[in-house]
Amino acid sequence: MNVRKLPRFLIAVVLFYIVVEVLYRTEILNGYLLHIINLSLIYVILATSLNLINGITGQFSLGHMGFAGVGAYVSGSLTTLILKLSVTNPASMLPFLLSIIAGGVVAAFVGFLIGFPSLRLKGDYLAIVTLGFGEIIRTIFNNIDAVGGPRGLLGIPKFSNFTVILVAAFLTVVIIRNLIESSHGRAMLSIRENELAAELVCVNTTRYKVMASTFGAFFAGIAGGLLAHLIQLAHPTQFGFIKSVEVLIMIYAGGVGSLTGSILAAFGLTFLSEGLRLGIRALADATGLPIGGEWRMVVYALLLIFIMLFRNEGLMGMRESRIIKNVEVD
Amino acid sequence: MGSIFSLQQILNGLQLGSIYALIALGYTLVYGIVRLINFAHGDFFMIGAYAAYGSFYMFNALVAGRSGTLAFLVLLAAMIGGASIAYLTNKFAYKPLRYKPKLSSLITAIGVSMFIEYFFSALPAIGPSYRSFPDILVRKEIRLGNAVISNLVIIDLAVAAILMVGLTLLVRKTTLGKAMRAVSQDKDAARLMGIDIEKVISFTFMVGGAFAGAAGLLAGMTYPRIFPYMGILPGLKAFIAAVLGGIGNIPGAMLGAYIMGIAETFASAYNSLIGEGIAFAILILVLLIRPRGLLAEKIADKI
Repeated sequence: MNVRKLPRFLIAVVLFYIVVEVLYRTEILNGYLLHIINLSLIYVILATSLNLINGITGQFSLGHMGFAGVGAYVSGSLTTLILKLSVTNPASMLPFLLSIIAGGVVAAFVGFLIGFPSLRLKGDYLAIVTLGFGEIIRTIFNNIDAVGGPRGLLGIPKFSNFTVILVAAFLTVVIIRNLIESSHGRAMLSIRENELAAELVCVNTTRYKVMASTFGAFFAGIAGGLLAHLIQLAHPTQFGFIKSVEVLIMIYAGGVGSLTGSILAAFGLTFLSEGLRLGIRALADATGLPIGGEWRMVVYALLLIFIMLFRNEGLMGMRESRIIKNVEVD
Repeated sequence: MGSIFSLQQILNGLQLGSIYALIALGYTLVYGIVRLINFAHGDFFMIGAYAAYGSFYMFNALVAGRSGTLAFLVLLAAMIGGASIAYLTNKFAYKPLRYKPKLSSLITAIGVSMFIEYFFSALPAIGPSYRSFPDILVRKEIRLGNAVISNLVIIDLAVAAILMVGLTLLVRKTTLGKAMRAVSQDKDAARLMGIDIEKVISFTFMVGGAFAGAAGLLAGMTYPRIFPYMGILPGLKAFIAAVLGGIGNIPGAMLGAYIMGIAETFASAYNSLIGEGIAFAILILVLLIRPRGLLAEKIADKI
């Protein structure tokens, strides 16, 4: 048996960075497309981190965007209200990055706390509790006037750029991949496969469930912070139940337990979503019929139902691309 | 009104509780039989409200004036609306997944719920905006001490009570009810006894849907405003009520719903933020302290 380690994923990401930068500099890629790529990368962080909780550890969570909301509001208030950073000042970059990490840490703490009810609950009950948690978070943001209440936190400086987001997405995928490939990850997988059997072979199920929840929440918090600094807004509705379901669709479309699938689905669905938005608007303009943006979500809902009915395992199933894998046994 | 705990507030709580009870029964019936949290159940409630809304304008021309006959026809339409959507949802979304992992059905249920909500708000005839619900009956009020009792309170409580008694009789006294109980206890054994399981499941969904539809009408009359997303929160709260009472347990769902309605009314009177969050607080407490609910399985018979 020969175990090889190759930085294939690093090479792929660097190539991707160069291609996008070159296309953008030569103006083949416009700002709008770059924005969608940035959004896709943020969704990569959200989907892979949710995959760690749902797909790898098997703890069904419906409140993932709640963690992102914590990250967005914490980092957004730090940069906008407390530090009052400005994009024009180059020295602001470091405090910005620290704020994003602070957002992730607070989200991780919340995830740690939420991890505990999940120790006693399974499947659909856990889904309801996490859903309830997401709604509680949203209600709290909606009622704190200091962060804008129902208007949302406005005027967040636009610090998130392609480089920062790509590096964050890269690090997220690498850390989650390494975690999955480590003995901790194997323990998490064993909980998904059969919790009782895992316990019988001395896997500390409590510890690993809380660990998955904490890690997942940390990365979701980072993604939320980056999102707030990309669209320059943190709004309660961005972090509601429907948004969590969008991320959930990504991991089920890509294949539960497959990071490759989550990455592909994050890109595919973000582009699909924007395409539908434009397509529906064009269709409405062309035909003059009252076709609203709600049709986009109708398509999304049908997509989720059809994946479940006809391709339960998603695009990739549980397979992982060789580009993502670190340890290869052959 | 003054005090939070006035007679008025108790009546309001019972009224809200009646609506929750009708929704919660659907959750509990379906959970009892197929072990599925039907996320789309709140949307059956919404469909019921819209069916009532549409049928009111349809029948209003036929039956002159705001009479009891009209109200009865509208109630029937709401219940048929709820039952039909429940039947279709079960047939096309849940039935193909019956023997697949449970999580698949749960995710499909979320998809169905989203589909119904967005499809309705995307339809130009319905649209995402609020509509005010017509006064189907003339409002009357009776003064009792400090409290004002409107005829709506009495109607809400009476309709809920009649339907709940009807359901209890159905489950306890009829052959179909016996079949429902049998399927909930052991599907395979029930099939061996010659029970057509799919028919029983389908019927259970329709009963649940009809109850949610009736709740939709009552909610529309009581809080006269309807919109495509109106089912989300009541659906969640009714589900929590069902969990509080012990999911799968019919008397439990009723008890949980009335506790929920009263708790929410009191909490909202105290502070609106607490009012919004109390349902989830109750849920977390129940799941941490007594996950099987107030009425544990052995006390009451379970379907």
